[in-house]
Amino acid sequence: MPVEVILPKVDMDMATGQISRWFAAEGAQVKKGDVLFEIETDKAAMEIDAPASGVLRDVTGKEGVDIPVGAAVAWIYAEGEAYGDKAPISPLVGEMSAKPTEGGAVPPAAGSQAPPSGLPAISPTRGEIGQSLTAGRATPLARRLAREAGLKIDEIKGSGPRGRVVRADVEAALEKSSVAFAQPTAEITSPASAEVPPAPSPKPMSDDQVLKLFEQGSYELVPHDNMRKTIARRLVEAKSTIPHFYLTLDCELDALLALRTQLNAAAPVKKTEKGEAPAYKLSVNDMVIKAMAMALKAVPDANASWTDSAMVKHKHADVGVAVSIPGGLITPIIRKAEEKTLSTISNEMKDLASRARSRKLKPEEYQGGTTAVSNLGMFGIKDFAAVINPPHATILAVGAGEERAVVRNGEIRIATVMSVTLSTDHRAVDGALGAELLGAFKRLIENPMGMLV
Amino acid sequence: MDAMVRELSYAQAIQEAMAIAMDMDERVFLMGEDIGVYGGAFQVTGDLVDRYGADRVLDTPISELGGAGVAVGAAVTGMRPIFEFQFSDFATLAMEQIVNQAAKMRFMLGGEVSVPLVMRFPAGSGTGAAAQHSQSFEAWLGHVPGLKVIQPATPYDAKGMLLAAVADPDPVMIFEHKLLYKMKGPVPEGYYTVPIGKADIRREGRDLTIVATSIMVQKALDAAAVLEAEGIDVEVVDLRTIRPMDKQTVIDSVKKTSRLMCVYEAVKTLGIGAEVSAMIAESEAFDYLDAPIVRLGGAETPIPYNPELEKATVPQVPDIIGAARDLVKGVR
Amino acid sequence: MAGASKAVADSRANLPFVYRQYGAEQLKQVLYKMYLIRRFEEGAEECYTRGLIHGTMHLSIGQEASAMGICMPLTEDDQITSTHRGHGHCIAKGAEVKRMFAEFFGKTTGYCKGRGGSMHIADVGKGNLGANGIVGGGIPIAVGAALSSKMMKTGKVVISFFGDGANNEGAFHEALNMAAVWQLPVIFVCENNGYGMSTSTARSTAVKNIADRAAAYAMPGVIVNGNIFSEVAEASHKAVERARAGEGPTLIESKTYRHRGHSKSDRNRYRTKEEIEDWMSNRDPITLFENELREFGFIDDKGIEAIRNAVAQEIADGIEFAKASPSPDVSETGNYVYTELA
Repeated sequence: MPVEVILPKVDMDMATGQISRWFAAEGAQVKKGDVLFEIETDKAAMEIDAPASGVLRDVTGKEGVDIPVGAAVAWIYAEGEAYGDKAPISPLVGEMSAKPTEGGAVPPAAGSQAPPSGLPAISPTRGEIGQSLTAGRATPLARRLAREAGLKIDEIKGSGPRGRVVRADVEAALEKSSVAFAQPTAEITSPASAEVPPAPSPKPMSDDQVLKLFEQGSYELVPHDNMRKTIARRLVEAKSTIPHFYLTLDCELDALLALRTQLNAAAPVKKTEKGEAPAYKLSVNDMVIKAMAMALKAVPDANASWTDSAMVKHKHADVGVAVSIPGGLITPIIRKAEEKTLSTISNEMKDLASRARSRKLKPEEYQGGTTAVSNLGMFGIKDFAAVINPPHATILAVGAGEERAVVRNGEIRIATVMSVTLSTDHRAVDGALGAELLGAFKRLIENPMGMLV
Repeated sequence: MDAMVRELSYAQAIQEAMAIAMDMDERVFLMGEDIGVYGGAFQVTGDLVDRYGADRVLDTPISELGGAGVAVGAAVTGMRPIFEFQFSDFATLAMEQIVNQAAKMRFMLGGEVSVPLVMRFPAGSGTGAAAQHSQSFEAWLGHVPGLKVIQPATPYDAKGMLLAAVADPDPVMIFEHKLLYKMKGPVPEGYYTVPIGKADIRREGRDLTIVATSIMVQKALDAAAVLEAEGIDVEVVDLRTIRPMDKQTVIDSVKKTSRLMCVYEAVKTLGIGAEVSAMIAESEAFDYLDAPIVRLGGAETPIPYNPELEKATVPQVPDIIGAARDLVKGVR
Repeated sequence: MAGASKAVADSRANLPFVYRQYGAEQLKQVLYKMYLIRRFEEGAEECYTRGLIHGTMHLSIGQEASAMGICMPLTEDDQITSTHRGHGHCIAKGAEVKRMFAEFFGKTTGYCKGRGGSMHIADVGKGNLGANGIVGGGIPIAVGAALSSKMMKTGKVVISFFGDGANNEGAFHEALNMAAVWQLPVIFVCENNGYGMSTSTARSTAVKNIADRAAAYAMPGVIVNGNIFSEVAEASHKAVERARAGEGPTLIESKTYRHRGHSKSDRNRYRTKEEIEDWMSNRDPITLFENELREFGFIDDKGIEAIRNAVAQEIADGIEFAKASPSPDVSETGNYVYTELA
């Protein structure tokens, strides 16, 4: 029997994926473990290996098309096996669709949609931006409530038979996400909720309405890729559901810059393929990451995530760092940054950033985290406020270090100053707590030797 | 002053309605097989022949087709016949007159006539009368534009809907479940009507809407009482009229409960349950459904003679309880 | 019943029934109507051929004397039920051809506002409860109408027209039985044109004459030559008198012939050209009646010519009226299914 090659689920909230590139063509000899194709998910590119050795046939998973998770994209025939003799249903697909994943994602419809004949299924391209046509099992009511609340039905865990999402699941998800803040639950559960004004729409104007404002031919339309869609959705969600507030203060950098110079000068030399190179080269940002992590360690109440039922207090400071990449941004995470040395952080960061730019991060490298740092100092930005990236309760926006006149003890002098703004989720971190955290951060930046102990 | 309310059986309520109709309007008369001195196969006409005479309680030969046609002819020429079929099964013999003539005459003649005809059909199983005397054909007739089809489920509705049917200018088919004839219930004295085309919410509930017809209404209520103890709050909608169906009441109920079950005695497929389900799927209530729609209907067999088999072919209270439990607790 | 003075009546003592019973004007009116039926059918056929009428139709050309003879003794209050071959009955009972054409054209001015067409043509105001697309469908309805008449004591008599094919339907037997049991004022008129569609009565009916069926229901069974107006009218007179007197129903078998096929799709494979030619040339009811009228001095050639011209004009006007009438709006498709509540 030929072996089915499916589009695997490689990301937590993944219902569909796109094959960005095939490495083997129709009729090619492949060995088990060979890279067959690369998947572009919402956030990462992932290489998928051949599940068996043989001849690749019926390559139906087209590049650049949304394909439901679990759908067959090709078949591998054993040497000499008669072509066309396909297995009726892949056990892999069945299993995938049968059990909900840990993360709460609904098993995608792909399993149940797999044609009984074993013919590979190609999903239609998405009809409407941000709305999945290939979501899992859900009742009409659940779908409507999710739609009205701006939730994606395929991100809600279904408690009904065969993983079906029912009303109660949407309501639970609604309570979990802070959507409930914007729309009282009582109204949502009321059967008459059709009359209730809908939740603030993430898209107040239709595409057509927007385009009408511009002369035809004065623009070109660039379709969104998955990353853009995810960024848009997550930011709208975050900004509209998290009660942000902002704390700003200035940090003097001269001591830190001096220490950085010293440390970099002290870096041992390492032999690499390209010749000799220092074992590390610290950036200001690496030190900001470390300072933020240590500040959270010092003010553990601020190292938290909000859920409706409880405050999640984290034991480690996992610092996400916003990395700008072509077409968007991603936030790889330095885990347990409070425990790591500056050089470790620095090297880890370089690796993460480089792999982020080539979209090779693994999901576990960018999912989760307890806070984040976003640095636009290299662009000369003086000060800005960042949007919190849930489940974080804080994000630190870092401006440029610049020489400014500072007054101390009645004297004006010149110092290198960096403005930072902490955005906090007010549900988890109150003003005073945020101020305490930011104060701890400032102390570490201005007394950077503290980061070495 | 409120009319005096007594306990009457369903059969007595119908008889009283027919007597009131004949008292009020001399054009009203009864015709059917053995409805005179015999009193009707189910004693619904009872002693009316003694009170109104053999001309107005007219025994017909055993001629369902001819009799139905005579009733149609009398109706279009000024009388208001109430035609009793001895068993609803015998409607098969009279289909031509019911479907081709009574239902269409007004339409075919461009509105020049009305057919104020009432036909009564003792229907349903449970009496051991076997395959040719136990059927439920309401959906057959419900499929015919021009007819109105009703299924009163209580003595109160039986009287009120029959009086509404007599007052109606169009042919009204009344399906009376034979097992209901002995059911007792409060019935006011005197004239009142229960509107045709209006469903009745017989029990309010939050968790599940059961749309039931005829005898299944009582079964649904019995099931609801048991389910209540389990914390399942059932709303029971008595459809009462098959055509024209009261869609809005069902839609509103489903919007409230988000779950729908249809319970009816007639053969499950292509029946009232299919119609109600499809109607809901097409309606605004679709987006309120939080579970699949469930139909409980008769088996895909003729009605058997053996009493245990007979019971097994139509939905019973435990079937409704089980299905409701599965539906609300998410097994379906 | 009215018309003839005593002197005239005496001089006609040996003439057939209608010439004793009716005056010249009435008889000329009968000729006019027989022509009207004939020309109506021909006009409808022509409009159909030109594609102005859709569906199908069943023409009664050759049966005009039967329709006119039966309806002769009826008042406007008396009622009839008719058949798919019912255009003649409709005209005989008093309908206007222009509204019949309008109905065939599907127009709002038609008798059924375009909902019924040829097969359901009716004129309730003149007592025609409607043609019927179901063979035998109208027979029990006529009995019901007669039951109404008896119960409400209106004195109305009801005629039920049907063809030879209907005598083998159960409804025929059930209806005749009930009418006899209840002694209702109804007259069953079987227009036996020899064929139920293609099947001859000889091949379909156990009894030689359909009137023989009457014996089973204890009512008179009368056979008349349906192509001779006077014979038909005489039988109808007797039956109507009997019905009005409360003596119950009568079955009249009016033996006649349709010149055309069963419907517009008939290829006439079941009867010979010679047979059709014989009926058309030698037994045409209009020719027979016209000859008698002339022979007995009720009309001359000029009078006949005048009638023919007048009929032609009425038919032409009727077709024009139908053409000019409005079609129903598609939005009104649901009308008349149920009685609209005022």
